[in-house]
Amino acid sequence: MQHVSAIREPLVTGGKTLHDVTQDICYQVEAKPNIRWIGAMSVALFFLGIFFYSVYRTLWYGIGEWGLNKTVGWAWDITNFVWWVGIGHAGTLISAVLLLFRQKWRSSINRAAEAMTIFAVICAAMFPVLHMGRPWLAFYVFPLQNTLGSLWVNFNSPLLWDVFAISTYFTVSLVFWYTGLVPDFASIRDRAKGPIAKFSYSMLSMGWTGSAKAWSRYETVSLILAGVSTPLVLSVHTIVSMDFATAVVPGWHTTIFPPYFVAGAIFSGFAMVLTLMLITRVVFKLEDYITLEHIALMNKIMMVTGSIVGVAYITEFFIAWYSQVEYEQYAFLNRATGPYWWAYAMMMTCNVITPQLVWFRRVRYSIGLTFILSIVVNIGMWFERFVIIVTSLHRDYLPSSWAMFSPTIIDIGVFVGTLGLFFTLFLLFAKFFPVINMAEIKAILKYTVDNGPTYSNNPGHHAPATITTVTPGVPASAPVTYDKHD
Amino acid sequence: MKYWKGIEELESTPEFMSTAFAEFLPVKESHESKDATSAPRRDFLKLMGFGVAAATLASCEAPVHKAIPYLNKPEEVDPTISNFYASTYFTGSDYNAVLVKARDGRPIKLEGNPESPITRGGLSARAQAAVLDLYDSARLQHFAIKGQRTETAEVDRQIRAKLAATTGKIVIVSPTIISPSTKKAIAVFAARYGTTEHVMYDAHSASGLLQANNGVLPGYDFSRANVIVSLGADFLGTWLSPVEFAKQYVKNRKVSNDKRTMSRHFQFEASMSLTGSNADVREAIKPSEMGAVAVALYNAVVGGGNTPTFSNPRVAPQIAKAAAELKANRGASLVVAGSNDPAVQALVAALNQSLGNVGTTLDLTTPSYVRQGDDARMAALVKDMNAGTIGAVIFYNANPVYNHPLAAEVKSGIAKVPLTISFNDRLDETGSLCQYATPDNHWLESWNDFEPKRGFLSLSQPAITPIFATRQAQESLLRWAGNNETYYNFLRNNWRGVVSGPFDAAWDKAVHDGVALGTALPAAPAMLTPAMSVGDAVSRISSAPKPAANMVEVSFYEKVGIPTSGTGSNNPFLQELPDPISKATWGNYLAVSRSMAVANKWEQGDVIKISAPNVAPIELPVLVQPGQAAGTVSIALGYGRTMSGKAGDGVGANAAPLLMVANGGVMYTTVVTLEKTSAKSPIAQTQTHHTIMDRHEVVQENTLAKYKENPREVTEHEKVYTPDGMEKPNKVSLWQDYQYNNHHWGMAIDLNSCIGCGSCVLGCQTENNIAVVGKQQVINRREMHWMRIDRYYSSDHHENEFETNGKISTYAAMEDPSDNPQVIFQPMMCQQCNHAPCETVCPVLATTHSSEGLNQMTYNRCVGTRYCANNCPYKVRRFNWFSYYSNEKFETVNSHMFTDLGRMVLNPDVTVRARGVMEKCSFCIQRIQLGKLEAKKQKRRPKDGEIVSACAQSCPTDAIVFGDMRDPTTRLSQLLRREDGERAFHSLESINVQPNVTYLTKIRNSASEMFGPEEEA
Repeated sequence: MQHVSAIREPLVTGGKTLHDVTQDICYQVEAKPNIRWIGAMSVALFFLGIFFYSVYRTLWYGIGEWGLNKTVGWAWDITNFVWWVGIGHAGTLISAVLLLFRQKWRSSINRAAEAMTIFAVICAAMFPVLHMGRPWLAFYVFPLQNTLGSLWVNFNSPLLWDVFAISTYFTVSLVFWYTGLVPDFASIRDRAKGPIAKFSYSMLSMGWTGSAKAWSRYETVSLILAGVSTPLVLSVHTIVSMDFATAVVPGWHTTIFPPYFVAGAIFSGFAMVLTLMLITRVVFKLEDYITLEHIALMNKIMMVTGSIVGVAYITEFFIAWYSQVEYEQYAFLNRATGPYWWAYAMMMTCNVITPQLVWFRRVRYSIGLTFILSIVVNIGMWFERFVIIVTSLHRDYLPSSWAMFSPTIIDIGVFVGTLGLFFTLFLLFAKFFPVINMAEIKAILKYTVDNGPTYSNNPGHHAPATITTVTPGVPASAPVTYDKHD
Repeated sequence: MKYWKGIEELESTPEFMSTAFAEFLPVKESHESKDATSAPRRDFLKLMGFGVAAATLASCEAPVHKAIPYLNKPEEVDPTISNFYASTYFTGSDYNAVLVKARDGRPIKLEGNPESPITRGGLSARAQAAVLDLYDSARLQHFAIKGQRTETAEVDRQIRAKLAATTGKIVIVSPTIISPSTKKAIAVFAARYGTTEHVMYDAHSASGLLQANNGVLPGYDFSRANVIVSLGADFLGTWLSPVEFAKQYVKNRKVSNDKRTMSRHFQFEASMSLTGSNADVREAIKPSEMGAVAVALYNAVVGGGNTPTFSNPRVAPQIAKAAAELKANRGASLVVAGSNDPAVQALVAALNQSLGNVGTTLDLTTPSYVRQGDDARMAALVKDMNAGTIGAVIFYNANPVYNHPLAAEVKSGIAKVPLTISFNDRLDETGSLCQYATPDNHWLESWNDFEPKRGFLSLSQPAITPIFATRQAQESLLRWAGNNETYYNFLRNNWRGVVSGPFDAAWDKAVHDGVALGTALPAAPAMLTPAMSVGDAVSRISSAPKPAANMVEVSFYEKVGIPTSGTGSNNPFLQELPDPISKATWGNYLAVSRSMAVANKWEQGDVIKISAPNVAPIELPVLVQPGQAAGTVSIALGYGRTMSGKAGDGVGANAAPLLMVANGGVMYTTVVTLEKTSAKSPIAQTQTHHTIMDRHEVVQENTLAKYKENPREVTEHEKVYTPDGMEKPNKVSLWQDYQYNNHHWGMAIDLNSCIGCGSCVLGCQTENNIAVVGKQQVINRREMHWMRIDRYYSSDHHENEFETNGKISTYAAMEDPSDNPQVIFQPMMCQQCNHAPCETVCPVLATTHSSEGLNQMTYNRCVGTRYCANNCPYKVRRFNWFSYYSNEKFETVNSHMFTDLGRMVLNPDVTVRARGVMEKCSFCIQRIQLGKLEAKKQKRRPKDGEIVSACAQSCPTDAIVFGDMRDPTTRLSQLLRREDGERAFHSLESINVQPNVTYLTKIRNSASEMFGPEEEA
């Protein structure tokens, strides 16, 4: 339990009781899908169809279906990859780093943010595989024992580091997310009426009893996983940035990339979290859990990381000038003034200028403006990756090989297709999984804070020892508020 | 009662008893067991293993249905071992003595024949690609009457009967024939059918030059000329005998510390040609002013006369300069002209005469025979055909319906000739109009002889039996004349008395060498029109009408790849060979100057309608060509075929009908009106950025003056700061260097010798089974050539304007080439870096470093991330975006990988790369391995020059030297030692990838006031 100043604005508004929380959040899972959800799902499935068609064309005919050429060997594929991985950063940051920093407001959003992370990483992982000329041999990138003896992977290659970084990140995020879900699954299980739901949620909750021991282990595992994930927040995008930073291409070969990429990732991740949460809170009527305060706080993080990214952009130019390397200087001048100047202008406007609007309180607390801003930032961050990848490659060392890149319909299809994949997964999640961590949110309710240890004030209640005797309003899975040391 | 189971049990020997109650017999472990009854365990396992293997194998499909065992193995033909046969490539354009590489009985590659005193091992791009023509499925595969397959005997019978009954003249129409025996076969035919006439015409005619020299082409020797003035003659690319001339030309262009001199080359031309791009001084002039240039030059050299004025103010001073230098080098200079105007050629002949060049750089006693066509004769024939006086016409590999300016008249004439026969290899534009098609063998299936130059003989021999039911044209002529001799015997007998020494030995040697000395060609018939006097020429030039103001002058030219005759059209290798200058593939275009494009608001790719009086207009896209004379346009001939085959049909537009026939000669210039249409047609260029952007580190050049002064100062090296002061970048490295204990392969490319002809590009393509990708994929920038020639134009703007104009606008300005730019070529292929950026980034180790310094690709291991290509500073890696051998999209352009017939051309030593795999230059690893194996078999080290990459082998100017850098005695090592600190440099030295390819700085013999744009203004 914690002590919160009486004058501090509560993190969850509307005077919710513990029962209200369970009711509000489980309702979405238990009720029939509403029409808005069905509509959204239909759109998402349509885009998923585009994804499957584009992937079929890519796999059946080859990478030639894309717009790449001998000079620009990566474009939308790796742009999308880095973009999705970047988006996937917010979840871990929110659940791990903010947990370690004891930012209690994270409890409202961490579940959805983590889910978003998982789905974003799934989308991201599509691209390293799809962009391969021979994806059916993708297993070559794993250091598998083989009968050829000397065949082994190249530990010098940043792409191999990517393999490890992404797979580790995905695994840890998935475990972290799932661990958090277990008590909530148990709540749903306990309330479930239909046999299928009962069976499914029983399986998913892995026999959670809600005992003190279980809660203790839950807390410990959460802390350990938070500790494990925290370095991953930094490492994943650091390693992704090394795909470029270790290369010899002017515009890629830059030591500033690791911090710059990490900041950019958090930036775009928060933007995506905002986009999703702003929709979810309305669709699922969760305005009391995801409050304007949450939005303002996330806006601030976005603005800070956006500014870091802006400084990085300017630093690159400074270093290009300072280095006196002709190729480097040309690469950056070409970025800003060459044939792809519009992409650069997009990036600068969306990533550096627009987030500065957050300095205004009105903007920070405006739902509409924040929503627009979050979309703008995501567009900007996509262009950032496009600018880095394509404008560096299209004019590198030998002017004879300079070329332009333009995407094909399949390039676009794969990209919007992954958006379809992402939203399909997210909508399924929102429908069948509790979108807010009930267990944790209950700990920060004003009700809990005011009333102290829950059960001592409620003598009529008997200890939640079994799963069969559930008192409505206080489910077995509710946190035990024994005097633990927070 | 006991029943014994056998004698053994009855006897109950201890031996028997020991095993009687055991379930299994004891197994003997020893392999040496002599006991036949007991199977040793190992033998048992072996037998069982064999049994299983045999049973498994028997169930496999045995691919025997196409393998033919050598029951009677031909002598010298061993499976998987390549043989080389000397032969000759001449298809009416350029002559090349070749070696045919035949593998398992099928020709797979052509290489230059070093024995030839004319081409000396060089090979043109066209000849490189010619091997593909052999397997062209568009070839006519049998004799036919009106397109219907007919037995050869029946065709012969009908033709003989009709020929005998012919009343009118019988005419054989062919391009230039330099074969003495073919001419004799024609003579035999003519003797049988008395009214026979042989008319030769050339699609790229030199009729004017022949006329000016009384029916002979002078033999040129560019190597002995200190000053070369060319009036529009593209002698390095397409004019007469480019490989021969390139060999000669470059001899006096190579420089070294001991030889700090080189020839000075002036070029006056309308469109930027390969030759013009190599000139020290090049000025663009309008085609209508070419005559005036000849007059001005003549007047300046000989004296007298008035000097004409030119629309380009820079021309007159350059003519004066050229004249002064010509006069200073009497007897060691050469003036050539590409014009087909007999007046211009008469002036040029007189110029050379007065300069005393006859007998030194120009020889009328050993004339060249590669052009014998007489335009006037052909024009007369067309008239006669339409008049109905011709009884029979035989088209002998001639396609006038496509490539003659009077194509429409030829077409109508054919309809009026009672008997028409075509020897053409396919039912082309002309052949399809003929009654009888009696296709000739491909030259790789034929015996023939050639005399490209008086006294120099050359042979071709079949390297494969005829693939189709065709017959050699000469044999057809002999048959119809009632002579049943084989052409081989006919040819051999014809050589008696021609080659010296005992005949059998001399003949065998000639067949072996492919070339011989001796002359067999009968004297050419006199030209219909006699040579012109200088006075007549001058007056004719000065009285020529000036083109009307609203008309645009157009000059027609020949591409280095596609011959004007259109014979190479269905060869995808040639179609995809980038034009050395424009880097355009797959089609012709309207080359315009930038000023013209700006004035008319044309953009590259805008389709323009080109109209001339009395002919159907053609439409072509615009290409902005630096160096194009202001206010003029150029169009390449040889495109727009309609009946050449799947790959060649409909590529570009046929400009031949626009050509004018004036005074009996074909004029390669005319005037047209241009009109923009709303259509757009992108041009497939392999290079779309044209200037070097002042990146001196990429490719270096300097002046001869500077080189003479101090050869150590002509090359710039980037230096980096180190604790020990400024050092070359390769002195500091984080990397550990590789140790090369056996070989260290390397290459040196002399940029002074490279003329940019593209022969290496095709040599590499045929050697390494490189896919052809077609126009759309070239537009998508996905051509697969492992070797390319980067071409950079100079710009008027330079880095020194950064201060005044700002960096951004200066960089933008630097992207535009000069209007009359200097050109530099840089052959670019995998640099086989010792610190290769591609090797570190491959996640699966598909590209690795060899113990001999090579950067190797392991196709099997490649998963296709393309990271290596991105990280290659030279952008030489090529990705298989599609399955080029099975995706139906590529069937027309890459047909040789789709059919059994086409696949015969593939080099079995090189894998055909799968979809999704990266590929690149391997330094011809298969040749290296072969050379090493040959040496090993003979228990010795490989000798220098034994192992040569395909590009180095094919280079007509010996610009590429390949060898072992670890052996200090090799030519390469010596060259690198000599040039170290002088002209040797690595491209992009500062990024310290340490390539194994070294370039030698290009040296220009430009007068100092010509060098650098600052001084120019």
